[in-house]
Amino acid sequence: MPLSFYSSKLADAVNWARKYSLFQYPFVTACCGMEFMALWAPKYDVARFGAEFPRFSPRQSDLLIVVGTVTEKQGPVLRRIYDQMCEPKWVIAFGVCASTGGFYQNYSTMPGADQVIPVDVYVPGCPPRPEQALDALILLQDRIQRGEGHSQVVLKQEKGYDVPLATIRPTTRSGG
Amino acid sequence: MAKIVLDKLLEHFTAAEVVETGSQHGDEWARVAPEAWLPIAQFLRDEPQLQMSMFIDLTCVDRIPDQPRFDVVLHLYSIEHKYRVRLLAGVPEADPVIDSLVALWPGANWFEREAYDLYGVRFEGHPDLRRILLYPEFQGHPLRKDYPKEKRQPLLRRLPGSL
Repeated sequence: MPLSFYSSKLADAVNWARKYSLFQYPFVTACCGMEFMALWAPKYDVARFGAEFPRFSPRQSDLLIVVGTVTEKQGPVLRRIYDQMCEPKWVIAFGVCASTGGFYQNYSTMPGADQVIPVDVYVPGCPPRPEQALDALILLQDRIQRGEGHSQVVLKQEKGYDVPLATIRPTTRSGG
Repeated sequence: MAKIVLDKLLEHFTAAEVVETGSQHGDEWARVAPEAWLPIAQFLRDEPQLQMSMFIDLTCVDRIPDQPRFDVVLHLYSIEHKYRVRLLAGVPEADPVIDSLVALWPGANWFEREAYDLYGVRFEGHPDLRRILLYPEFQGHPLRKDYPKEKRQPLLRRLPGSL
């Protein structure tokens, strides 16, 4: 039997382990957070999918959930958090604001978190029902099992470019 | 409701300082000259029969294309006498400057910073006049009516293919 058979089986096993041990980092900025809390509560119980444990440090988490509106001012913050997470990492955009900017079309709101970080699964809704978020999680688990959705690697392979490094703005506080 | 406030103002200040007064739906307002902004505010606060000790709100209105373009709007309230009054002062587009009220009501600090941030009106004598909501790299003042609606000022380089 060829060696590739064993390595692919090993990858399957690793992916199986990964999809049931997602450690999430909730980047909660707005009202979607209320519905996101329901996701954790007993009725919907995201623990059934092995993704119940939030790590409030990006270095210990592998699933970034962007919940709510992202402003231009928050762009560098979100990007820095994404950069701090260890590979492999995945991103869910929770709600229309995180997906596209939602009904905001103004000077301050970023039209979707995918302007600065790659996103694997988009969840529409204002806010989405917890069932939709569970659906997104199952979708993401399927992709992880298939070895897809590892956003940075996939982006590089499919589209031929890497995610550009964030230009973190200088921390000057002077001027207006 | 608080006609006495306007009466006191007209009594103590000239017609060049208190330009126009009015009353609508039980709320009194006075349009004042920008040069008299600080003395009038101080008078309203210190006059024993008024004691407008509570700073309620300070904001700005863009009246483009009218001149003067901006109206700085101040709301005051007297806890003692339960009077309420609104002051307006027009500042021109070329040099939108008005006196700061931080020395009278420390609470005016962030309101004036907000008006500066979003409208570009400068407040003379403000201890720390810089943007309060937007980031320092932001160019222009977004609540001015000639600010382009779709204009965005991203801090980060965008991913290829995004809007």
